[in-house]
Amino acid sequence: MSSNTANQTLRTRYSAEVKDILQRYPDDQKRSAVMPLLFLSQKEGLQATVSVMSEIAQILDISITQVASIVGFYTLYYAHSGGKNRIQICTDLPCALRGADDFADKVCEKLGVKLGETTEDGEFTVESVMCLAACDKAPMFQVQNGDGITYHERQTISDVQAVIEQLGNVEIDKSPEGAE
Amino acid sequence: MTEYLLLRHRNRGEENIADLDTYLSLGGFEAYEKVVTTMTPQEVIDIVKASGLRGRGGAGFPTGLKWSFLSDRFPRYVVANSDESEPGTFKDREIMEHNPFQFLEGLMICAYAAQAEVAYNYCRGEFWELTQVLESKVRQLNDRGLLGRRVFDTDYSLQINHHLGAGAYICGEESALLESIEGKLGQPRLKPPFPADRGLYQLPTVVNNTETLTNVPLIISRGPEWYKSIGTEKSCGPKIMCLSGHAKHPGNYETPLGITFRELIFDLAGGIRDDKALKAIMPSGASAPFLPASDEVLDTPLTYEDIPKIGSQLGSASIILLDETVDISWAALKTMKFFEHESCGKCTPCREGTYWMYHLLGRINSDKAEQADVDLLGEVAQQVVGKCLCPLGDFATSAVFSGIELFQNDFNSHIPDAVNGADNPNKNK
Ligand SMILES: Cc1cc2nc3c(=O)[nH]c(=O)nc-3n(C[C@H](O)[C@H](O)[C@H](O)COP(=O)(O)O)c2cc1C
Ligand code: SF4
Ligand code: FES
Repeated sequence: MSSNTANQTLRTRYSAEVKDILQRYPDDQKRSAVMPLLFLSQKEGLQATVSVMSEIAQILDISITQVASIVGFYTLYYAHSGGKNRIQICTDLPCALRGADDFADKVCEKLGVKLGETTEDGEFTVESVMCLAACDKAPMFQVQNGDGITYHERQTISDVQAVIEQLGNVEIDKSPEGAE
Repeated sequence: MTEYLLLRHRNRGEENIADLDTYLSLGGFEAYEKVVTTMTPQEVIDIVKASGLRGRGGAGFPTGLKWSFLSDRFPRYVVANSDESEPGTFKDREIMEHNPFQFLEGLMICAYAAQAEVAYNYCRGEFWELTQVLESKVRQLNDRGLLGRRVFDTDYSLQINHHLGAGAYICGEESALLESIEGKLGQPRLKPPFPADRGLYQLPTVVNNTETLTNVPLIISRGPEWYKSIGTEKSCGPKIMCLSGHAKHPGNYETPLGITFRELIFDLAGGIRDDKALKAIMPSGASAPFLPASDEVLDTPLTYEDIPKIGSQLGSASIILLDETVDISWAALKTMKFFEHESCGKCTPCREGTYWMYHLLGRINSDKAEQADVDLLGEVAQQVVGKCLCPLGDFATSAVFSGIELFQNDFNSHIPDAVNGADNPNKNK
């Protein structure tokens, strides 16, 4: 991709952040900045588009394929679009021993989706994830969106409801059978 | 223990030690100042060696010895491993959230001992908010002149940077972690060479776990003899035991190494939830064999040397408790789902083996298996163990081998007409 067609979003909108990120690594090891730059790009949305990846490739003097392979390998980057908010419920063994699978089912029911699916309005994707280092505070989930990642621990269904309403600015099903 | 040494924020009467002024008022950074202004790097290494401190990231390798292996080339790097992704582990997070300066001071002392002028703290990507807080703590240290150029007017300069992972357990393995900082896929390197010789950017590098480093300021300020007096001869010092699963009160427990499972589970954590019977213990998260809840096991001290004698590992002391209601074949399935997901794909036995073991365990758990599938499960595990580039492959087989050996009925009960079905207590569940 030639430089004049490439996106300039990071370099124009986040020039201070880009500079700060590059400073963390030796001048001849710029490639190290690929992961923090991908996180930075997520402020604009949780999808590493071709134009995002090509801008990062340009900044770092690496190929777009190298950037794409990083997106493919690490689970917190996304090649495809999903919900604006990703609700990632830990259902790994320690949490599952404290009811995480049931909890995940109830969250799905609340939002009318299955695990891995996105709500129709595009606000939420619900996923099950591996241990998040909060096993003593199950059930728990994290929310990933343009603002970063936030933990929610020792959750009940009504806690989740509050989080969903706040994030999605939506009214959701408050029928009693959906509650705990 | 009357005094918390690592989880120091829990000591009653102390204020918020995550606040820099409070930490300083309690003697914080005196150990760092002492080493930088009065000691040679070699003297620091000798003290840490003499303390008997062993790595808390899982392998229990002697920390001072590791530091002494650095090749004689510069620049060098020091990396804190805050990837904390083993199922059942949540100690490094509590340290960094509530006692961050003791950890950072340990990292800084380690950097001085290694003569590294740049240190990285590699945090798992999910620690996103925490990492922002830590970055602000580092800025405070820069502002106070504890980090930066020529600290304490000496020739020593030090900078700390954070690097966030992005959701890959394998990046906790030290060489994969270094690849990840280099902006590459988090896949382990062939060893040797070890990081002490060719680490970050092929330069000599020390990688230590967060909890390991948090011990270091105390060893400097109170001395190696004091430190050695805690714990057992071969497992010195305090340790944070992460207790999860069916404990009545799950959480982090800081104790001297060498307390028994029984003391931890029943005296400190209130026993088993709903007063059920304990069935099995996973002492090292998903990565080491199950232990049956026998008296022999319960009376075993939590040390690097004693747990292998009963067939498992201390690891980073991520202790998962399973009560009598748990079907061990289901626990093995959950465990395998983790490894199948986390295999980095670099070697075939691990990539394919975890896939097949997960598949077979799924079949067993949905009551669609035959005896041949249970046998095949063991055979696949046999094809994986000892044939992989990094320990993850072996880890993945632990739950299979020990599960089938110790809790055979939990596997066979899913099979129609299993040979021993008649005397199987789980049969009619
Ligand atoms: C698959 C795998 C995952 C690991 N995960 C971690 C981890 O999350 N944190 C950690 O400190 N060490 C982890 N380790 C151990 C590291 O490779 C390394 O031994 C450790 O960071 C060294 O520090 P220590 O000597 O202070 O324990 C892992 C090892 C393997 C094989
Ligand atoms: S054993 Fe598994 S995780 Fe380790 S290098 Fe091989 S494929 Fe990757
Ligand atoms: S198992 Fe869910 S946070 Fe550890």
